[in-house]
Amino acid sequence: MSATPLATSFLQSSSFLDVLYIIAFGLFIQGLRGLSGPTTAVRGNRIAAVGMAIAVIATLLNRNEGNWGLIVLGIALGTAVGVPAARQVKMTAMPQMVALFNGVGGGAVFLISWSEFRLTHGYQGTATYIAIFSLFAAIVGSVSFWGSNIAFGKLQEIIPGRPISLGSAQQIVNLLLLILAVAAGVDIAAGAHSEGIFIGMLICAALLGNAVVFPIGGADMPVVISMLNAFTGLSAAATGIALNNPALIVAGMIVGASGTILTNLMATAMNRSIPAIVAGGFGGGGAVEGASGAGEHAGTVRSTSAADAAIQLAYANRVMIVPGYGMAVAQAQHAVRELTKELEKRGVEVGFAIHPVAGRMPGHMNVLLAEADVPYDQLEEMDEANQEFGRTDVSLVIGANDVTNPAAKNTPSSPIYGMPILEVSNSHSVIVIKRSMNPGFAGIENELYYEPETTMLFGDAKAAVSEITAELAHI
Amino acid sequence: MILASTLTTNLAILVLAGFIGFVVISKVPNTLHTPLMSGTNAIHGIVLLGGLLIVGLSGNTAFNKVILVIAIAFGTINVVGGFLVTDRMLEMFKSKPKAGGEKAGEEKKP
Repeated sequence: MSATPLATSFLQSSSFLDVLYIIAFGLFIQGLRGLSGPTTAVRGNRIAAVGMAIAVIATLLNRNEGNWGLIVLGIALGTAVGVPAARQVKMTAMPQMVALFNGVGGGAVFLISWSEFRLTHGYQGTATYIAIFSLFAAIVGSVSFWGSNIAFGKLQEIIPGRPISLGSAQQIVNLLLLILAVAAGVDIAAGAHSEGIFIGMLICAALLGNAVVFPIGGADMPVVISMLNAFTGLSAAATGIALNNPALIVAGMIVGASGTILTNLMATAMNRSIPAIVAGGFGGGGAVEGASGAGEHAGTVRSTSAADAAIQLAYANRVMIVPGYGMAVAQAQHAVRELTKELEKRGVEVGFAIHPVAGRMPGHMNVLLAEADVPYDQLEEMDEANQEFGRTDVSLVIGANDVTNPAAKNTPSSPIYGMPILEVSNSHSVIVIKRSMNPGFAGIENELYYEPETTMLFGDAKAAVSEITAELAHI
Repeated sequence: MILASTLTTNLAILVLAGFIGFVVISKVPNTLHTPLMSGTNAIHGIVLLGGLLIVGLSGNTAFNKVILVIAIAFGTINVVGGFLVTDRMLEMFKSKPKAGGEKAGEEKKP
């Protein structure tokens, strides 16, 4: 110790470390404030990134031991995977990318708890509260890791997006898994040192993460990702208490709080309660009924052609475009922008009606349309748009389904009853671009398609929109 | 006694950080929710620090080291990937004229 140079000992002093951490917190908070406005958001994100760099460097400076090789290896591996993934992901695949990044965060949390358990031979010689927070982090981190991976799989369509559940037994199974995981945790906190119990706890939590997300239908997915994001934040904060590290506590808790707010906002936008989503998703009875009852509709569906749609649009005064996940999947945002330009050249007033949960995450449509250079002031949020539909000649629904379903207003038995929707049927006519008559992600039949003012243009969103644009040139 | 006061200090930090999270974030407009989720997602990658701290302690077995390297790699993916993706998303908003008509900040990054 006496051989340590003065500079090093100053760098390793804990008050210097605390000062760096405090600077990092300030940057995190400033960065998040920046994220609250479109003009400051880029800088906000970078400020937060600088805060993170300072927190990491401060931690590295303060370490006592070697093992630098392992640290370099870990960081190099993470960078080698993370950077290309983030650079190359398509804008349309953003939601599942966020789910995946969130998942690995949860993975890191439970692995850290596990190593802490192993290092202390089952929390021997540590305070009970440290064991409790570490175990909490392990359970929640594991749930978040597996849940996020399932969410990723569903959005990436590796796993079917429709709800998969054990039916009425689901809640009992979930509850049982939770009880088992907590019981194992309590056992360890009370003094059991067996690693078998710890691994059993991790497995129960992993199964719980699977069991919670599998039954959730696609429309609820944004809420779930947000909830898991909050979970990972909370588990990081718990890790912080277990390791007595204020940086983890502050950053983790801020994320926990923000994730909770976002989750609530999203759930409110869909008129859903978070417990209801977790307990059963859109799945269960409603979706099954909807699927089997597809033939029951007395109304007929009228299909149209791109040429007819082009004529309808060209002679409209005002057109409202309602984008949804179909536009994202087909990468149709640039084609939509072309169509918009073409219509505007003809003096048609074009607006975009953005439902808060259109696509897979709040703001998903905004991101895509911004990528295609659609001006901000053309985007209208739901309340604003709903006042406009009355004076809209043609609503062009591009790959949006559940967010336009009048059943949410008219059919109390519908699983989405009460969810605010875009009231496209108030406009004089509606053109729906859709690949087939299959019900949407929530698995519910859409009455809109059977209404007399609605015509369907079947096809891939990008191809169909391009075709309309091409037809416009002939008019 | 000392342990108890560490716990209460940390709990106080926890509660205050929670309030800051609520206050700062409740002001974010709808349109920025996806980037915000992505940005906060990057911030919880701070668990990386936990891996850095534990890997430095003595007494880690080979298996522990494997777990910790994976944890550090996971944390790094979370941080680096999260901030980069958020940056990419936000770049798209940046040069667009805003509804409010403020176009003075038409700055283009290389």
